Amino acid sequence: MNVSLFITCLGDIFYPNVGKSVVEVLERLGCEVDFPYSQTCCGQPAYNSGYHGETREAARRMINTFENSSYVVGPSGSCVAMFSEYEELFHNEPEMQRKARSLKERSYEFTQFLVDVLNVTNVGASFNATATYHKSCHMTRLLGVNDAPEALLSEVDGLSYRKLPNCENCCGFGGTFSVKMEAISKEMVDEKINNIQSTGADLLIGADSGCLMNIGGRINRLQKPVKVMHIAEVLTQREVK
Amino acid sequence: MPMRIGADPFKDRVEKGLNDAFMRNSVRSAQERLYGKRLDAAEELGSWEDWRNLGEEIRSHTLENLDYYLYELSEKMEENGGHVYFAKTAEDANHYIQEVVKRKNGKKIIKSKSMVTEEISMNEALESLGCEVIESDLGEYILQIDDHDPPSHIVVPALHKNKSQIRDVFKEKLGYLNTDKPEELTLFAREKLREEFLSADIGITGCNFAVAESGTITLVTNEGNARLATTLPQTQITVMGMERIVPTWEELDVMISLLSRSAVGQKLTTYVTALTGPKATLEGDGPEEFHLVIVDNGRSNMIGTKFQEALHCIRCAACINVCPVYRHVGGHGYGSIYPGPIGAVISPLLGGYEEYGELPFASTLCAACTDACPVKIPLHELLNKHRKKMIEGKGLTAEKIAMRGFQYGTTLPILYQVGTKLAPFLSLPFQTNGFLTKGPGPLKAWTTIRDMPAPNNERFRDWFQKRQKEDLGE
Repeated sequence: MNVSLFITCLGDIFYPNVGKSVVEVLERLGCEVDFPYSQTCCGQPAYNSGYHGETREAARRMINTFENSSYVVGPSGSCVAMFSEYEELFHNEPEMQRKARSLKERSYEFTQFLVDVLNVTNVGASFNATATYHKSCHMTRLLGVNDAPEALLSEVDGLSYRKLPNCENCCGFGGTFSVKMEAISKEMVDEKINNIQSTGADLLIGADSGCLMNIGGRINRLQKPVKVMHIAEVLTQREVK
Repeated sequence: MPMRIGADPFKDRVEKGLNDAFMRNSVRSAQERLYGKRLDAAEELGSWEDWRNLGEEIRSHTLENLDYYLYELSEKMEENGGHVYFAKTAEDANHYIQEVVKRKNGKKIIKSKSMVTEEISMNEALESLGCEVIESDLGEYILQIDDHDPPSHIVVPALHKNKSQIRDVFKEKLGYLNTDKPEELTLFAREKLREEFLSADIGITGCNFAVAESGTITLVTNEGNARLATTLPQTQITVMGMERIVPTWEELDVMISLLSRSAVGQKLTTYVTALTGPKATLEGDGPEEFHLVIVDNGRSNMIGTKFQEALHCIRCAACINVCPVYRHVGGHGYGSIYPGPIGAVISPLLGGYEEYGELPFASTLCAACTDACPVKIPLHELLNKHRKKMIEGKGLTAEKIAMRGFQYGTTLPILYQVGTKLAPFLSLPFQTNGFLTKGPGPLKAWTTIRDMPAPNNERFRDWFQKRQKEDLGE
């Protein structure tokens, strides 16, 4: 099966290890992974700030980049969900709208692809840790990916899983919200970190780099003893038991 | 109480909210309680998504044909012997209500809960005539006693107060001597209010839904105060937002099922009161004179725009009860009697961007609101539409220039290449142990509270390219 990797700009620049892990897991499961180099950012930071015109050309680039891919897989639910907004950006261009629809239909968030397309929940990972999982808002609510990450984590050998209280609450990232309303954002992320710590977990797993950058950045600032990992990185672990 | 709460700028209101530990505790526990109850009530009903779809369809159909249903409602209401007044503005509505009160020589007015009367500052208009206006909803009563503390929630107006604060208010203002047990507090208020009910000469209510086919207004309450307010006084005035209407009793059934479950997690509220005009000849009680005031006050401006769906709102507050921003800031932080996600959508529509322009930005667009809405208003999308509209209305700002930069950076591969390649070096001065702890521009705001991972020297694409070359070399 041929898969085009949609790395996301955060993944490309800040979290290359997440991308490497995605490649490793997909290849282990028999996929042929390619990487179209002309991809940049999905446009979400501008779009969610109200700059829809400025988003359009980024969207055009992404649509063209992945035009010939049979499957597009990205390690971030909110970026994949952004593809669903493309159609409306081209209301005067029916051909682009058709292409945008087609991209949306071929695109999957990483865990969604593993569980819904490849029908795999056990990827043969083993990892000794006590972990909790942060549910990302756009991934669950806009993309509708609810159970896939937990299904995958439940099959990781050695991983003790703790459910996160108030897991439905946003971590306070929200793109430019995090810098425009940093006082509110701080309270949101602090409550999230308190909840994480209340589980006794020493590892926070997430499936969206934006949320992890926010929560991880605050954890680092506060020097909390909680490690932060993307789910793809967890799924490549093969610790000797 | 006008729509606007206080004169403080947004930033100060937010800060005040964030520093109010009492309020934040109350909000947190209320949100969690209501969240669980709402989900249980929805599950017990079953096929919740189908109900939501039906709710959306009914609201959408009604708003598409609003002129027809409003006409039908007013015709039926007049057939039943009631008087109907269409008020274009808050002033029109208040003027009409004042005239009725003057003509009836009204001195004491008892009210059941109504957000629209707050929106138009009706109490103040009546007090200016020398009338005494008494709120009979327990939450509203507490706030009124407490020197007109503004409501912080549209269903639970005194949500920001806990029981000991309420005891203190009763003690200080009314000489209450008992404990902070809710039963004792409520009994005390009930006895006080009963005297007011018996001596009031005019009752004023809001309206949850008017039923067009029969010219009926309905009220959904748990305290029974609306029943007394519509039974004892000789004159009744009902004030409704022009969108609060259903075509027939069949749709009313669906909407009330959605409203009580979404608002408070109840199958049905304790009282659902339906009133069809004044007391009929053979009826024992009820008002002798009945007035229905239908308020526009900016609502019709939304019709036919991309914000029309905001008029589908049934004021259940489910969006407020799940909002993580409301959770920390509290209702007063919004500076409007309509707080939370729906407030951030409608306050700017009713009161303008000048006054409420920050509100659409006070959201992470996490879509918890959209998910909770029983009539499927795409609240987070409407917030983003506000942002778009405001930005289009502004000239060239620093942010706009930055976003143009973003546009070129994401559109021209060469700029993306150079920019992302340079980032690790440009950010070197701000790095500590692989994290950026300070920096200029947006990085400054980001790093006031958290660190930022440093851009990697080897981007993912560099690694992939190298790997591909190696594979080819093998």
